[in-house]
Amino acid sequence: MKIDDLLQHPSEWLKGSGPHADIVVSSRIRLARNLDIIPFPHWANKKQGEESLRAIEQAVAKVDMLKNATLFKLADLDSVDKQFLVERHLMSYEHAQKADSKGVLVDQTEVISIMVNEEDHLRMQVMQSGLNLFEAWHVVSRLDDALAKELPFAFLADWGYLTACPTNTGTAMRGSVMLHLPALVMTRQINRVLAAIAKLSFTTRGLYGEGTQATGNFFQISNQVSLGHNEEEIIENINALIRQIIEQEAQARQALLSKGKAILEDRISRSFGILKSAHIISSEETTELLSMLRLGSDLGIIKNIDRSTINELFILTQPAHMQKMEGKRLSTQERDVKRAEIIRVRLKDKMIGG
Amino acid sequence: MLCNVCGKNPATVHLTEIIDNQMNELHLCEECARQKSMQMEQQFGLSDLLAGLAEFEKPAVEKEQNLKCANCGLSYNDFKKIGRLGCGDCYTAFKKYLGPLLKKIHGSSLHFGKSPIRGTKSLRRNVDIADLRHRLQKAIEAEEFEEAAKIRDQIKEFEKKQVQDNEAK
Repeated sequence: MKIDDLLQHPSEWLKGSGPHADIVVSSRIRLARNLDIIPFPHWANKKQGEESLRAIEQAVAKVDMLKNATLFKLADLDSVDKQFLVERHLMSYEHAQKADSKGVLVDQTEVISIMVNEEDHLRMQVMQSGLNLFEAWHVVSRLDDALAKELPFAFLADWGYLTACPTNTGTAMRGSVMLHLPALVMTRQINRVLAAIAKLSFTTRGLYGEGTQATGNFFQISNQVSLGHNEEEIIENINALIRQIIEQEAQARQALLSKGKAILEDRISRSFGILKSAHIISSEETTELLSMLRLGSDLGIIKNIDRSTINELFILTQPAHMQKMEGKRLSTQERDVKRAEIIRVRLKDKMIGG
Repeated sequence: MLCNVCGKNPATVHLTEIIDNQMNELHLCEECARQKSMQMEQQFGLSDLLAGLAEFEKPAVEKEQNLKCANCGLSYNDFKKIGRLGCGDCYTAFKKYLGPLLKKIHGSSLHFGKSPIRGTKSLRRNVDIADLRHRLQKAIEAEEFEEAAKIRDQIKEFEKKQVQDNEAK
C-alpha cells in the first residue's frame, strides 16, 4: 500500500454512522506500550532507536490482524505525506516533527494505526465511527495481545504498563470521543459543560488533539487517569460522561428548534449559501460553516446532504489533502481558492430542503 | 495584513496574548506562528507541570538527587528536568519517589487492568507478587480494606496465571 492509496477511500471513522452519530463523530482507544530494557524514544541513541524500530517491524509482520497494514518509515515520507497522515488522525502532529527511527503503521481501512517511537515505543490506536469505545477497545486489546506474544513489554505488577510519561502509567490507555456540540455553543452553555468535565478529571481538546484549539464546535474528550481502574471501568466512566453531554446537546438542539427556529434556519441557510458560492475560503471559516451544515443535516433542515458527504468535505479541504489531490505544493492563498472550488463542486446540485 | 514578526509573509494566524493583564493582538504567518507555539510550549509544557509535582518528592539527601538508573543512565535530576523517564527500569530505580508521584497524578498507585500475555520470549523479571503481598500487608495495617480486597484479588489472579504459564511450558 502507498500513502496515495488512502486517498481513494474515506477513513472508516468518517462514515458518519454508529451509535449517536448525530452528535458523536468518532471514538478512539489508544494504548501505549514500551519494550523492556531499550530506552524510551526521547532517551534512546540512534542505534537503540533503530533497534526498537526493527524489533517492532519484525513483530508486526507476524501478526495476522495486521496482514493488510503497511509500516511507513517517517524518514521516507515528505512533509505533505506526513501532514496528510496527521489530517487523517493516523498519527499525531508531534510525531510528524522528527523522522529519526520513527514509523507509522496503517491498516487499509484506517481502523488501526500504530505510531512507532513517538513518546513511547508503541502507540496503537483503533478508531470507530460514532460512540463505540468498547468495540474499539476489543479490537485494540486483541492487537495488544498479539503483539505481546512477539515483544517483551515493560510492565510491573503493581504499576502496570510503564510509559515515558508517568501520566500514562498503568493501563496506559487513553479513550477519546470526538463530539460535535454546536447547540451547546450557540446557547452559551458550553463553558459550564467544559468546566464540569475538567472537574471530573477528563481532558477536552480540539479537533487535532494535544495543544489544538476547539474549532467548528468540535471537542475531543478523553480520560486523564490511567492507574487505579481497569480498562473497562475507565471506558464505562467516559461513556457515562459522554451520554450526559449527548443528552445536554440534544436538549439544547430541541430548545433552539422550538424557541429560535428562524434564527437557526437563517444561520444554517447562510452557511450553506456561503459554502455554495465562495471563491476564496480559509480552513477556519470552512470548519465553522461545515459545522452549521452538519447541524442542519442532523436536524432535517437540510435534507439531501448526508453526514458522510459533510465529513468528507472536512477532510478533503485540509491543506495536505488538497496538495495530494493537486499533485503539487500550494501556498496558503492558492489553497483558499482551491478549497472554495472543491466545496462548490461537491455542493453544486444540492439545495436546502431537498 | 503582513505578519507582525517577520513582516514578509501574509498573516494567517491571529492570536490574543495576555501578559501581566495587558492584552496583545498578534497577527502571524504560518511559519512564525509555529515558532511561537513551540516557544509557548517550552514556557509552560507538561514537563514543567510534572517537574512541579515531582518537586514535592524532593529527596532529602543531596546524594539521592544523583540517583541513576543502572540500565539507561537517566538520573532522578534528569527526570525532574524533562518530566519523562528513560526506560522501564527507571520505575524500579526511582520507585521510592515515583510511588507518591503516581498517587498524586492518578489518585492511586496500584494497577488494575490487563497484563501482557507472554509469548515465546520470556521477560527478565517475573511479575512481582512479593511486592503485592507487601502492599496488601500495608493496606490491612492502614485499615484500607477495600484496597486490600482489590490487592488480594489481584494476587490470586497473578498466581492463577503463573500456574497456567507453568502448565503451558
